[in-house]
Formats: sequence, structure tokens, C-alpha cells
Amino acid sequence: MRRKLLLPVVTALGLIFSQGVWSQNIKIAILGPMAFVQGENHWAGAEMARDEINKAGGISVGGVKRQVEIIKIDTNEIQSVPDATNAIERAITRDKADFLMGGFRSEAVLAMQEVAMDSKKLFLGVGAADAKLCENVTKDYERYKYWFRVTPTKSADLARTVFAVLGAVGNQIRTDLKKETPKVAILAEKAAWTEALVKAAQAALPKMKMEVVGTWQPSPIATDVTAELSAIKRSGADIVFTIVSGPMGIVLGRQMGELQLPAVAFGINVEAQKDGFWQATAGKGNYVATLDTFSEVETTPKTIPFVKAFKERYKRGPTYNAATYDAIHILQTAIEQTGSIDANKLIPVIEKMEAVGAAGIDTWDKSHDLIWAVGKTSGIAVQWQDGQKVPFWPPQTKGMKPFKMPK
Amino acid sequence: MFQDILVSGLINGGVYALLAIGFSLIFGVARIVNIAHTAFYMLAAYALYGLLVKASMPLLFAIPLSVTAVVALSLVCYKLVIEPVRQHESAVLIATIALALIFQESLLVSFGGSFRGIPNAVEGVVSIIGVRVSYQRLIVLAVVAITLVATWYLLNRTRLGLAIRTAANDQEIANLMGINVSRVAMYTVGISVGLAAIAGVVVAPVFVVDPLMWLSPLVTMLAIVVLGGLGSLKGSLIGAFIIGYVEAITVFAVPSGSYLKGAVALSIMVLVLLIRPEGLFGVVFEEER
Repeated sequence: MRRKLLLPVVTALGLIFSQGVWSQNIKIAILGPMAFVQGENHWAGAEMARDEINKAGGISVGGVKRQVEIIKIDTNEIQSVPDATNAIERAITRDKADFLMGGFRSEAVLAMQEVAMDSKKLFLGVGAADAKLCENVTKDYERYKYWFRVTPTKSADLARTVFAVLGAVGNQIRTDLKKETPKVAILAEKAAWTEALVKAAQAALPKMKMEVVGTWQPSPIATDVTAELSAIKRSGADIVFTIVSGPMGIVLGRQMGELQLPAVAFGINVEAQKDGFWQATAGKGNYVATLDTFSEVETTPKTIPFVKAFKERYKRGPTYNAATYDAIHILQTAIEQTGSIDANKLIPVIEKMEAVGAAGIDTWDKSHDLIWAVGKTSGIAVQWQDGQKVPFWPPQTKGMKPFKMPK
Repeated sequence: MFQDILVSGLINGGVYALLAIGFSLIFGVARIVNIAHTAFYMLAAYALYGLLVKASMPLLFAIPLSVTAVVALSLVCYKLVIEPVRQHESAVLIATIALALIFQESLLVSFGGSFRGIPNAVEGVVSIIGVRVSYQRLIVLAVVAITLVATWYLLNRTRLGLAIRTAANDQEIANLMGINVSRVAMYTVGISVGLAAIAGVVVAPVFVVDPLMWLSPLVTMLAIVVLGGLGSLKGSLIGAFIIGYVEAITVFAVPSGSYLKGAVALSIMVLVLLIRPEGLFGVVFEEER
């Protein structure tokens, strides 16, 4: 009796496996500092994509639908780079992740990139701007070809975006304040990622008919910039060009408001990209403007639905790290096109892809870096106006609102 | 520019003074190098954030409750963690580092890594000799002045102060005179952490609250107490204002080097130590005890 049963059971199981009815999930490790807002957004964007894909049946791999499984990997990279490399090692060896995505702090992502490349795992970067990450691909394609940057654009391209917006802000000052040569104070935290931007600003602003009245560079962990702002006030600056990612972003918004500095703050201010900025500045961060990624504007047809769904689910807006949503969809497209999860087969497809995501329209150069284009990968600029983060640039994108000068 | 330096240095120096005097006090009395001192300052800022912003408690209740809770916690920590190893200075040092890291990680887990802001007690700005200063900063300055005067009164005009000063001078003699040195040390821990907690609640609305906010003032505070002379309250007070003014001068004199303000302050400390190893008002090491 047992022998009679054994054959059909084995045959049935064989059929099940061969048809992929009982197929494995596609495991994607989401790497980020999960106790921090960057990691929270990495995870939230990935959850959105996972639920969307799984609700539709999963990713079709050679005609077999496979569910997406995301694995939360806390890299703790803001506090410790070694923690990050341990975390990615764990994701690969213990959690058996098929794909890796995320990362935020460039130093940590550079270290994690090495581990991922050792294991020949496809790693989609969603957070670090350091150019070296993609320069590695050019230098040693065979080793680093598994790396792609999904967001943000590299530091040099961030500069192109920021100067494009700065030009628009300068023009508004010329019109509104009747000042032919607006005065700009550069306020940048002293960090590796700001150095190229500071030098570029010092060289580019005079060519843009703006006068640089000084450069102030506090420590990246500074929590008080009243002395700097008092000096900036005395310099008569019309624009405070900010390049900050740390707590100073909040303090400068707050203290500019308190000191009633007659200037607009624009630049890169990571803290001002977060919904919590208004509360953190106790409502004094009015008119602070920064580069950003997501808003309810038609950057692509996917942007508004994504931002609305994100806000409804998490009761806050997404930051650029939530582009894990786009990264998972890029993977989905490549997998469905090749019918495989083999990284070596996916790479040529992604290299040629034009991915229309929620954050922008991504295409890649030979170094697997994003090709910069206004309205596609450049991101947007937003300004805090009476408690609301209002998008104002690029003006050609539908849904943009006017930039306001301090009263 | 001179007015800016005058006002900025005064306010920064005042905050540093509150932290440094508390640290110096507990070192002078009990020879406890409390690395967790600025972590208690951070805890007070978070307690205020929790009570004021999250629990919507009125400011007048939230401030004393935050300070009291942190002082109570410090006494528990003293009894459980520090007192058993008090005789071993290196063990105390390591224990207090561990405490600080435990507080940091606990806050990270409870509140996340985001930077938090607390509303000012009083809104508005005033112009002092041409420099705009927020009322909150003036409150900081007033609280610093009142607290320092109260600390001076406590130490010089009360029996507890006499016991603290006696223990600070010589613990064995204090013991022989019937002073319970262990209890005096505990009271001193309370007072010392109380000063840090007051600093935490008054500056929280001016700065940013985050789980790493204890690290930066720790370095500055250590520089101040070494500059002023370990264990010397007068030295800490003067050292705090020296560092406060050095930082302000650096920012105004070298704008593109404003990140160097900490390094310049530390260099001055090193310079003073080269000339006077015991610090400005410290006791020569050989003469200790």
C-alpha cells in the first residue's frame, strides 16, 4: 500500500516544484539605519513596493509568479561603519538575500559595496551620493558591475541642480528686491561631501552675477549657529546658501527665524526635507528651502499616486530614501524581462533601461550612475511656507507653486 | 563684531559653566570622573521633550519634573553602579562610560534617531548693544546666573556645603570629624547632576535634542575642567567663559574656519597645561591630599 502511494506523491511533488507552484520568494535585503529617518524611509518605500507587487500576484520569473520578501537589515551606519559591513554580510550569508538595496552614509556604502561585490550580489544604492561608488564600476567593471545608483544623483550633479535653482532664486531677488547683484553667504558643514560643492559655489556664483560675502563652515555636529548667523547678518547677505545634512539644518532654520534674518536660506538641507522640520524648528523655519525628491507634483505619472499612498499609510511624506520603491520595481522589470534572477543576466537589461519611477525617470551611464536631467533625475526644490513644504522647482513640472521671499 | 563676540561668548560660556561646575564638583568631592555627566544633561532635555511636546504638560510642571526625575535616576545609578566600584577610579570611569552609552541607546530605541525641537518658554527677541538676542537665550543666561549663585550659597553658607567642602579637601579628615563621606558623595552626585539637568532643560529649546547630543559638550566640558584645574569650581567657571569666548572669537575672526572653534579651544587648554600642568586654579598633583 505504502509503495503504491509513494510514486504518486513523489510525482506530484516533482510536478509542483517543476511548475513553481511552491516556488521560493525573491528575497530583497533593505539596508539602512533603521532607528533613523533614512532607514525608516528605506523600509517604508520597500513595503509599498512589496505589497503592490505581491497583491498583483508577485514577480513573474519565466512565467512563474514569485512573491517578494523584504528583509529589514539595520546597518546602524550613521554610528558605525563596521556595523554596516557586518549587517550586509549577515544579509548575504544568514538571510540568503537575492538582492541588496539601500544604504545612506557614503563611507558605509563604500564599505558595504565591497562585501556585495565579493558575493556578486546586485546592490541598488538608494541614498549615498559619493561619486566613487560609480567610479569603481568604470575602474573595474567585472568586479563592480553589480552596483547601480538609483538615488540621489552624484555630488557633482547635486551641484548642477542646486546652482540651477539658485539661479532662479537669484532672479527672483533681482526682480523683487531690485538688487542686480544678490549677496550670497555660504553656510556649509565641514565634511568631505561638502568640499566640492563649496569650491564649486565660490567659483560659480560670481559668474552667475552673485557676490559671495563669505563662507562659514561649522562642524557637522554643530547645534548652535547664532554666532555664524550674526556674522552673516552683518555681511548683508540676501541668500544663505546652505549645504548641511546634520542637526545644523534645524538650528539654522530656527535661529534664522528667531533673529529675523532678512535673507532666504536655500541649498541642501537634509533636515528640511523631513516632515518633522516644522515641529523641530518650533515653527520658525519659514521660507527655508532645499532640494528634495518627492512631492505631490507630476515629476512622473507615478509620483502623485505614490506620495498620496505613502502619506495615507505612514501619516508623513516620503524622503528620498523611500526610492527603494523604485528600486524594487526596477528589479521587477528586469526580472520579468529576462525571466531570471541571475544578476549577470539582469545587469545588461538595467543598463539599457529607462525606468519610470515615483522619484524620477532613471537612465544609467557606463559607470552605472544616474544620467542627470532636469525634471527626470534632478529632483525638485521645496520651500517651507507656513508649516507646509511647498514645491517650487523645476517650474515646468505640473503642480509647482511660487517661491516666496521673507516678509 | 565686538558686540556679537561679547554676547555670544557670554551665553555659550554660561551653559558650559553649568556643565563644568557640576562635573568639577563631583570630581573634587568624591574623585568620580563622571563621563555620563553630559548624558544626564541629554536625559533632562529628552524628559522635557517627552513631557512638554508628547504629553503636552505645562512648562512650569515639565521643567521641575524633568530635573527631579533625572536627579533621582542619577542617585539610583550612583547606588547601583558607581558606589560599589568607587574606590577604583578606572572602574568608575568605565562604568560611567557604560551608563552614558546605555542612556544613548535607550533613547535611540525609544525616540529614534531624529532631531527634535522644543518650543521656547518665551518667544521674541531683544536688541542688546546692537545684537539681536532671543528671550530664550536671556532666560538661559538668567538661569545660569541664578543657579551659579545658588550653588555658591549652598557650598559656602550651609552645613551641607561645609561637609562637601571638607570632604573635597580631605576625605579621611572629614570621616574622622564625623561626616558621612559616602552620603556627602551621594548628595554631591545629586547636586552635580541637578546642575547638568538644569543646563539640559534650559538649552533644549535653543539647541537640538538627539541621542548623540551628549558627546560634543562632553569634550568641551572636559577641556574646561582641565583648563580651570580638575576639581576647582572657580577654575571651571573661568575656564567655561574662556572657552565660550575663544569659540565666539574663532567664528567671527575666521568664518571659513568656524568648525575649528572646538580645536582652538582644545589647543588653548593644551597650551595652558604646558605652562601650568595643574590648570589655572588646580592643585599641584604632588600636593593633592
